[in-house]
Amino acid sequence: MSRLKVNGEAVEIDADGATPLLWVLREALGLTGAKYSCGIGLCGACTVHIDGQAVRSCVVPLSSIGAEQDVVTIEGLSPDGSHPVQQAWTELDVPQCGYCQPGIIMAVAALLDAHPAPSEADIDTKITNICRCGTFNRVRRGIHRAVEIRQRGRT
Amino acid sequence: MARQTINISRRNFLIGSAASGAGLSLGLYLPLGGHKALAAEHAPEVNAWVVIEPDDTVVIRIARSEMGQGTLTGLAQLVAEELECDWGKVTTEYPTPGESLARDRVWGSFATGGSQGIRGSHRYVREGGAVARTMLIEAAAEAWGVPLAECRVANSLITHGPTGRTTTYGKVAGAAAGRVPPLEVELKDPRDWKIAGQPVKRLDTADKVTGAQVFAADLRLPGMLNAAIRACPVFGGRLASFDAASVRDMAGVRAVVRVDDTAVAIVADTWWQAKNALDALPVDWDEGPNAGVSSASIAQWLTEGLTSEDAFVGNRVGDAKSALDGAAKIVEAVYGYPYQNHATMEPMNATARWTAQRCEVWCPTQNGEAALEATAEAAGLPMSQCEVYKIHLGGGFGRRGAFHDEVRQAVAIARQLAGTPVKLLWTREEDMQHGAYHPITQARLVGGIDGRGELVGLHVRISGQSILSSVRPDALKDGADMLVFQGLLPEGDHAISYRIPHLLVDHSMRNPPVRPGFWRGVNINQNAIYLECFIDELADAAGRDPLDFRRGLMAEHPEALAVLNAVAEKAGWGSPAARGVHRGLAVCKAFASYVAACAEVSVDPQGQVKIHRIVAATDPGHAVNPQQIEAQVEGSFVFGLSALLYGECSIAGGRVEQRNFDTYPSMRIAEMPRVETILMPSGGFWGGVGEPTIAVAAPAVLNGIRAATGRPVRRLPLKHVDLTGA
Repeated sequence: MSRLKVNGEAVEIDADGATPLLWVLREALGLTGAKYSCGIGLCGACTVHIDGQAVRSCVVPLSSIGAEQDVVTIEGLSPDGSHPVQQAWTELDVPQCGYCQPGIIMAVAALLDAHPAPSEADIDTKITNICRCGTFNRVRRGIHRAVEIRQRGRT
Repeated sequence: MARQTINISRRNFLIGSAASGAGLSLGLYLPLGGHKALAAEHAPEVNAWVVIEPDDTVVIRIARSEMGQGTLTGLAQLVAEELECDWGKVTTEYPTPGESLARDRVWGSFATGGSQGIRGSHRYVREGGAVARTMLIEAAAEAWGVPLAECRVANSLITHGPTGRTTTYGKVAGAAAGRVPPLEVELKDPRDWKIAGQPVKRLDTADKVTGAQVFAADLRLPGMLNAAIRACPVFGGRLASFDAASVRDMAGVRAVVRVDDTAVAIVADTWWQAKNALDALPVDWDEGPNAGVSSASIAQWLTEGLTSEDAFVGNRVGDAKSALDGAAKIVEAVYGYPYQNHATMEPMNATARWTAQRCEVWCPTQNGEAALEATAEAAGLPMSQCEVYKIHLGGGFGRRGAFHDEVRQAVAIARQLAGTPVKLLWTREEDMQHGAYHPITQARLVGGIDGRGELVGLHVRISGQSILSSVRPDALKDGADMLVFQGLLPEGDHAISYRIPHLLVDHSMRNPPVRPGFWRGVNINQNAIYLECFIDELADAAGRDPLDFRRGLMAEHPEALAVLNAVAEKAGWGSPAARGVHRGLAVCKAFASYVAACAEVSVDPQGQVKIHRIVAATDPGHAVNPQQIEAQVEGSFVFGLSALLYGECSIAGGRVEQRNFDTYPSMRIAEMPRVETILMPSGGFWGGVGEPTIAVAAPAVLNGIRAATGRPVRRLPLKHVDLTGA
């Protein structure tokens, strides 16, 4: 049995320690927001947060995560879809098929926590997710919109 | 707030309550045991397209699949426009293919491809809305005992003019449902549209930003097992043997099964366990006759076709050979386009449950009816004893419409575990090696210019693969695949945009044993590169400006000329670009729409290409949702430019060499240029928007590169092209 803290809740997992976090989330916990697409940490569809950092959960083994570490998935990003990034995404209709979007949203949320007003270069460096529908122009606009929503929220 | 679209059994969705609001959703289940009649699930349907619930919620049925392209919202807009309903109360649902079959295909085609979603069904879905509206107003008029002509409707509210009495759609829907539908309805002039034609928000965004959207890969059914599969990596090869005993004791493994004669699958409690066991499973393949096929052997065969005698003619105007013989100047070039994979973000998958009496499949399909046929065939049951539940697709791009190999496999596995639902999910590696690839072709173009710098003759010889020969041989015409000529045809949805006095376009068909498929944009992708890049080469040889040269050939193609002029003007063609930046143009007609692009690119001394800006114009005739068209245009450049920069599936040992996004990269945000979309609907026709602009993406950029370097690029992808020191 491994112990994890996922979306604020302590859970016990009966799975091999080598099982990637992605499959623990999806198959043991029923949290299917994080997606499988490449399985080798390249595309970012599986992105979740561990202690606030964006990680590609398909290459993070269960055994490497401590019980005290905070794992947050798209389901736990906000209780009601009201995180600034989710608001911006809704406002601009960013998703097309939507499969990669939970991963992109988690990556952007972590970026904005680290860089509240990211430069274009920050975006280019930190947001490396693959989207085959091609939502990148709206993703970029969505990031800037989320920055505004965050700033408004603080005043 | 609009609700998500799911299959009609949505009332049976049991979504486990989230633990402490943090979203530990432990029970996301779809129903087993068959569907009920649509009407029984809801308030009575007014007609096949419209159900109105007592609270005035309007449920619009959508037969085509939503895979990101926005058709779901666009079709709902068209129905709602004629229905005169309150858009804020609209939700949607997919009818099932089995239900459609049982009702004499009342919803028409389920096929979602060829940019047909809107243009292929706009008339009957609008009529569906208009018929429902008429029946609802008639029901109100009858209840009031007043003449129909005295009643009017807006936003789901029916008003009797003389008395001012009102009622709502929800109140009269029950009575309307029993009425005989009118034989004729009049559709609105698009100029009078209030919902259609507007940039309304998508109906399916909310769940896509919270992770609540259920994709087929996310399905969980009670008692479900999970399967991973490996098919013979060599095209045409077969499964020889496997050592099931060596993995049977691995964690979670329930079964090791042969799937037809080509693949082996492992069924386990979880997919991760199934995949682990499959990785450990010793398998022997009978690689068959294609084990020696390589990119080089294919290229050689195609090159021979560039000058061979055997060729199907796609377009002939005048006498190209004589014109070329008499031309003052001859230009010749050979271009080529590689195999490419769709690489949908959601890997191929399907969930099946089989018994001797019934087979059900849950899958992300672009064609529910074709999926049902595949299910029935694989299940050994009549279609009336099968059902397919469509789930939102994590990308389609043509991969999920014509083949359903994953559906057949899932059913074949489920047949060996009767009564147990099994979800089959491919690995990315399996997806990369068992695609339905963008076909491979080469083209030899020979053009003749007269003494005044005018194009007098052109011969385009295409050599290579036919999709229809493999996928739909019944659609060949006397052996010819006319789809091969998309963008070069004399007329129709993919007509050439130029009047060339003497023109010959022909095709030497050569079909390597690599399965081709419809790939977003299909054959227009390579044909637009061949023609548009060669036009620039011809303009260069004639000493003329590429825009001016094109305009001289387009007098008979005013719609195409209009989009070309629009991008040229907005991009500032003729005025200097920023230092080091060069422009390239491309224009074509595709999927009945007229599209053009102007790209601004630079090439640094190390040969690095940067795409700074794309200006793209589209005339789709009627535009149903401008903001979604813009999204499609922007996205089409990611698809087209990823193909240009990186897209290649090379063949060695009879198999695709690429395995994942490391060897088959896709564009990322850092490389994405700004796309400025010009939407210029001229009315009068219905063109598609999901694909057309892909075709102009690559040639516009390539023409910019040629302008920057003075060297044409004739082979893709660009990652192989050395532009150093250019």
